Amino acid sequence: MFYRENGQFKSSYAADQQMLPILQDRVFMLGLLLFAFAAVPFLASDYLFLSILIPFLILTLAAIGLNLLVGYCGQISIGHAAFMAVGAYAAYNLVLRLPQLNFLVVLVLAGFIAAAAGMLFGIPSLRIKGLYLAVATLAAQFFMDWLFARVKWFTDYSPSGSVSTATIEMLGWKIDTPVRKYVFLLGVLVVFTVVAKNLVRSHIGRAWMAMRDMDVAAEVIGIRPVYAKLTAFAVSSFYVGVAGALWGFVYLGAWEPLAFNLTLSLNLLFMIIIGGMGSLLGSYFGAAFIVVLPIFLDQVPAMLGVPIPTAINSHLQSMIFGALIVFFLIVEPQGLARLWAIGKEKLRLWPFPH
Amino acid sequence: MKKNWPVLTLGAALLVGLALPLATGASAPGFYVEVLLGGLMTGVLYSLVALGFALIFKASGVFNFAQGTMVLFAALAVARLAERMPLWAAILLAMAIMVALAWLIERLVLRPLVNQEGVALLMATLGVTYFLDGFGQIVWGSDIYKIDLGIAKEPVMVLDKVFQGGILVNKEDFVSAIVAAVLVAGLVLFFQKTATGRALRAVADDHQAAQSIGIPLNRIWVIVWSVAGFVALVAGVIWGSQLGVQFSLSQVALKALPVVILGGFTSIAGAIVGGLIIGVGEKMAEVFLGPVLVKAFDLAGGGIENWFAYVLALLFLLVRPEGLFGEKYIDRV
Amino acid sequence: MTKADGRAGRLGEVILALDGVSLAFGGVQALRDVSFDVREHEVRAIIGPNGAGKSSMLNVINGVYHPQQGTIRYLGREYRDMDPHEVAVSGIARTFQNLALFKGMTVLDNIMAGRNLKMHTNILLQALRLGPALREEIAQREVVEGIIDFLEIQAYRKTPVGRLPYGLQKRVDLARALAMEPRILLLDEPMAGMNVEEKQDMCRFVLDVNDHFGTTIVLIEHDMSVVMDISDRVVVLDYGRKIGDGTPNEVRSSQAVIDAYLGVSH
Repeated sequence: MFYRENGQFKSSYAADQQMLPILQDRVFMLGLLLFAFAAVPFLASDYLFLSILIPFLILTLAAIGLNLLVGYCGQISIGHAAFMAVGAYAAYNLVLRLPQLNFLVVLVLAGFIAAAAGMLFGIPSLRIKGLYLAVATLAAQFFMDWLFARVKWFTDYSPSGSVSTATIEMLGWKIDTPVRKYVFLLGVLVVFTVVAKNLVRSHIGRAWMAMRDMDVAAEVIGIRPVYAKLTAFAVSSFYVGVAGALWGFVYLGAWEPLAFNLTLSLNLLFMIIIGGMGSLLGSYFGAAFIVVLPIFLDQVPAMLGVPIPTAINSHLQSMIFGALIVFFLIVEPQGLARLWAIGKEKLRLWPFPH
Repeated sequence: MKKNWPVLTLGAALLVGLALPLATGASAPGFYVEVLLGGLMTGVLYSLVALGFALIFKASGVFNFAQGTMVLFAALAVARLAERMPLWAAILLAMAIMVALAWLIERLVLRPLVNQEGVALLMATLGVTYFLDGFGQIVWGSDIYKIDLGIAKEPVMVLDKVFQGGILVNKEDFVSAIVAAVLVAGLVLFFQKTATGRALRAVADDHQAAQSIGIPLNRIWVIVWSVAGFVALVAGVIWGSQLGVQFSLSQVALKALPVVILGGFTSIAGAIVGGLIIGVGEKMAEVFLGPVLVKAFDLAGGGIENWFAYVLALLFLLVRPEGLFGEKYIDRV
Repeated sequence: MTKADGRAGRLGEVILALDGVSLAFGGVQALRDVSFDVREHEVRAIIGPNGAGKSSMLNVINGVYHPQQGTIRYLGREYRDMDPHEVAVSGIARTFQNLALFKGMTVLDNIMAGRNLKMHTNILLQALRLGPALREEIAQREVVEGIIDFLEIQAYRKTPVGRLPYGLQKRVDLARALAMEPRILLLDEPMAGMNVEEKQDMCRFVLDVNDHFGTTIVLIEHDMSVVMDISDRVVVLDYGRKIGDGTPNEVRSSQAVIDAYLGVSH
């Protein structure tokens, strides 16, 4: 009753191709953005910012990056945290050695460096696919793990191998309080989401999806596989590199060599499987899930009077992650995003059953 | 194998790298042989785990990301059960548990996903990995445990007439190698000579065709995963007795992935050869190449063996994706 | 008199020629020393029993398979191992026997994908969807809508292709190929699995494409009435060898062809 397209006719292609063609969606999105930018900074507690919202925003950015590669272009990567590491260490070194650069410039440069690394390790995808490619991407993971732990230049010869970062300052504005961090990250994420949406609905996005769905047919209609795959790796690694820099600078503050290890890579993959591959909204859902679940497991059983010892908590989390991956792959391979879409379809018909 | 220049170049480069330490006299021959043997021993263990991969892929087309965690789970089971009963009983009981696990995986994970493509199944095994990791540590605990095989731990000096000073060989390593070799031989015989083995190979070739001649797919899969579980158990026990049973065991087992890349996903022989190549290669790289790199680039310590196997596999994928013994896959349109 | 007779005057020079092409997979010889040519604007049919190598023939022209021997001459260039996307860019498009549609996309997106080789704005402009990128997207959308109108699939443009009935999917496949504005269109059994009305529609579309756009058509087809009716010339393959080459009437009365497979005429 409330959610219908009735009467919303489009009289130009531009109108038809816009991001949110349905009026109710536009209203909802506007409301959501207003709430996120204007209301949340005043309503949320520091704990909410630091433990949930800030990691959620950064992980969503990383998940979008991985989703572009795996969900939209069909190239599997199980070592993607390696490129987060590249972004983080690139940003660290840029800030260290070129301190006069604006932090946004640092982010973009770090992204480009990560994109270059992504393209390099994406070269195998030109010859192999599927499982073989998955194993090849592990090479990136372990090599980067080693590179940043052993080549001392990257950590500025720190004896422990760990690095720590100073507070970010942009245009005289220190990003030190949780609220400021939140607003900054939200702004970055919104911009990057819009860019991702633009890419996905233009010809590069169609080339990616064509490669995913049927690569031989894609070639036959004139899509160059090298260009499609390498741009997918490049853009994906750019996003993930920026996310890595933000993870290190805004969320962690200081990190040790194995902060971007295989576990993080697998978590990213988990996010997009559960959230929905090939869906930007799914990246949001997946990131939210992975941030909220541990906290949920921490708090809720205790509130219900069945406290779970902390030791067991992380193992239980693993079990639930695993079970959920299998569950979603069997029941709804397109993840939470698809469930959301089904919900919207039902909402269109409401209050009628069909 | 018709002449394939990139492969030959890669092979030649590896052989040269292998011979360098000896040729340049940078290391004593005795020490060189020690490292070589050490590499071979590790390689045998990798082969064991890789066998599990290859078996499952051969028979069900599934790439079992969870193989490493199965190794850990089996090792944990043996270690903890052995605290309450004699070792042989613990091993038997652990085997039974692995069979039950195989049955559960087939029922809950494989059967519902039977028509999905490889990547979906890979992710499903990723889910199994997460689950087993957590479950194993809740049930068996997450400390470091010991498995005592009753073999002396002190190394033994051999061949001191051939090489000056002799070579130190670890008895445990030696026994492991023998056990692994026997296991491999047994598996090869199983595949080639028994009816079940033939059925497994039929299933590996073509699921539907195998079904249409009456081979019970589900039962075959349970068998395969049980055999893989058995292999994981042996690998877990051997490795666990050497390194101690701890979480890092599953990561080490992940190394078997490059092994199947080198050997070919569907080849038993490939798993063996690949394992030996990786084992030797990585040991040699760590011991001989490592110090060179550390000096040249002022690195903080070695650790080459963490990535050597993967980079080697990566290079191999570029020149010969089907591996040394695998089958070429032709895309029909 | 067939439809083709009245239109014979429009035929041009030889545009595509295959010369001694042989193709083998492992031990299987798919094509043996096949040579024939195609004239511009004509409708050339390839017929033959199952397994004769017809689809392999198209795959060779496309660059999907690279023959061990022989060459393909197109627009003055000789090639044997061009990549499929280079062949596409040079003006050869095709449809597939088994419908190689992009199942994860809508009809509109599938056909827009066919326009990819005409879209050149760089990635940064696309990311920001600024001026040139937006204009190009809309301009291409107009072209694609023209094709959608032509093939009468307007009602389905936002439907995911996987949900369409088979006949409509085949039309989308054709639309995607047309979107490439090809000089030569290779059709691999475009009427397979269709009922009589659908076949008539598809014939009409194929002839319209040939008439209005002047596109040369090379089609594989099993339905003899269609072949006899709309093609200018026919090539007959059997076990990878060419056993007949000429007008439909010539081929129909060739003993070799009859022996090979024309048991019953429609």
